[in-house]
Amino acid sequence: MTAYLLKRLAIAIATLVLASMVVFAVLEILPGDPARLMLGMNASADQVELLRNQMGLNAPLAWRYLHWAGGLLSLDLGRSYTYSVPVIDLVRERLAVSLPLALIALALSTIIAIPVGLFSASRRGRVGDTISMGAAQLGVAVPNFWFALMLIYVFAVWLRLVPAGGFPGWSAGIWPALKSLLLPAVALALPQAAILARVTRSALIEVLNEDYIRTARAKGLPYRAVLWRHALRNAMIPVLTILGLQFAFLLAGTIIIENVFYLPGLGRLVFQAITQRDLIVVESVVMLLVAAVIAVNLLVDLSYAIVDPRLRSRQ
Amino acid sequence: MTLHVDIPEETFSSILAKAFRNTAFVAGFVITLLILAMAIVSYAWTPYDVTKLVISDKTQAPSLAHWFGTDHFGRDILSMVMVGARNSIAVALVAVGIGMGVGVPLGTFAAARGGLVDEMLMRLNDLVFAFPALLSAIMITAIFGPGAVNAIIAIGIFNIPVFARVARAGALAIWPREFILAARAAGKNSTQISIEHVLPNIATLLLVQGTIQFALGILAEAGLSYLGLGAQPPMPSWGRMLFDAQTRMVVAPWMAIFPGMAIVVAVLGLNLLGDGIADILDPKSRRQR
Repeated sequence: MTAYLLKRLAIAIATLVLASMVVFAVLEILPGDPARLMLGMNASADQVELLRNQMGLNAPLAWRYLHWAGGLLSLDLGRSYTYSVPVIDLVRERLAVSLPLALIALALSTIIAIPVGLFSASRRGRVGDTISMGAAQLGVAVPNFWFALMLIYVFAVWLRLVPAGGFPGWSAGIWPALKSLLLPAVALALPQAAILARVTRSALIEVLNEDYIRTARAKGLPYRAVLWRHALRNAMIPVLTILGLQFAFLLAGTIIIENVFYLPGLGRLVFQAITQRDLIVVESVVMLLVAAVIAVNLLVDLSYAIVDPRLRSRQ
Repeated sequence: MTLHVDIPEETFSSILAKAFRNTAFVAGFVITLLILAMAIVSYAWTPYDVTKLVISDKTQAPSLAHWFGTDHFGRDILSMVMVGARNSIAVALVAVGIGMGVGVPLGTFAAARGGLVDEMLMRLNDLVFAFPALLSAIMITAIFGPGAVNAIIAIGIFNIPVFARVARAGALAIWPREFILAARAAGKNSTQISIEHVLPNIATLLLVQGTIQFALGILAEAGLSYLGLGAQPPMPSWGRMLFDAQTRMVVAPWMAIFPGMAIVVAVLGLNLLGDGIADILDPKSRRQR
């Protein structure tokens, strides 16, 4: 067990280091001199050279990488070219929108998908199963940003229940802020819920064919108890794997959804930074997202061991 | 000595008969065919010319003259949806080709070699998976310039590890089989065995994954075009049409409804087709249904 965890941890750290090298290298080979970009076209070659020296752009490549990576570790991310504020402040401010959004969406997706999966698996082949899996099939095919547009049309334009976009900030109160995150979260969550429901159902059906389920039923346990206590727990591994993948997908999905709803989140920040060539912001946010994905996948690996005792004794 | 069981050989006609009894396959097949036909017909004929702007006809609601209505330039939405299908299909199909062309050899090679080579390739896979695909696709298209070709590359790169993983897992299950041992005894090397014996046996798996990635590619292309990073105007694309529709939702909701439905129908058709093929050719998944 300890060996298993240590191996996963080592792989996660190695992946993170490699990823940072990839990000650094990609931004390094990009055309365009940041110093020239900051000073504008009218600056003299001497001025540009001076700023390049000040920014440390003339130092050897390896040294610059270590300097940058060290900065990331100590959360000193540098200053944004376009906003002229420390990147870490920008990230903190935007994370206050994106993180709640992704978490609400993840929670919504789980709350919808697990019961639907249970319902479908326990009614396999019957009308209820066919209808809910048909709906899931449809849900998988819907692009979340189009679904978002339809939600805006129905709930914001037509019924006027929620704002069509924008974010008042948490200072405006919890409820107005949550209200403006509601439609984006639903738009993000539903397609993901459809995928999760399908995975839950097929994992459960596999487990329900096992002998120990028949044993549990034979010893007189009610079907409901068998389903929740024995079957669901054993079906958790594929479900957890998908949940981990979905977290990464939700984080990236915020890029499009935040653009649909004009939310000042991390996704919109990175999209604008890419189009404005604000590379310090781009590399910081990309590294943050990559680190989040790796951390979540590590957590999923660890949770396998909690869910499945067999993995604990192995290795 | 292992027990030998004779399994009756599945003939082409028996598979075909099974296929036509499978609702998901038939529905998926028909829908996919319709979308393909729509794209092909658009080369020869569309109800209206999509490059002609008729301002006097702008944002008209669906009618007999314009079944799906018109956009803010007076272009016929049905015609644009038809032409947009070309772009979606081309981008997604080539992206699947890139993923298969690079990923499948990598995956089968890793499975054949095992050991350090396998471990390194799989860690490389982990590395690519650590980057949220959409984020990297946005970076690639934003850095190298928006357009259909860069969108294809961006989506294709992220298909590579998916196919590598599927091919490796499939190949690993084939390698311990007896006919591989026989091929080895006959003096074939691992490359020959991979090509002649492993690949034909994992073709179904790859076909199913191919349809899934095709569907995901259509969704990804729509997302990139929506952000303005895919196909550029005047070439109509479904994602771009949705972008144009967003600010006009109140006056012309049909501008958003029909391109979106086109995406949903195309993706649904491909997913059903993939499910159907998996069902017909893999007895295990059939039992689970």
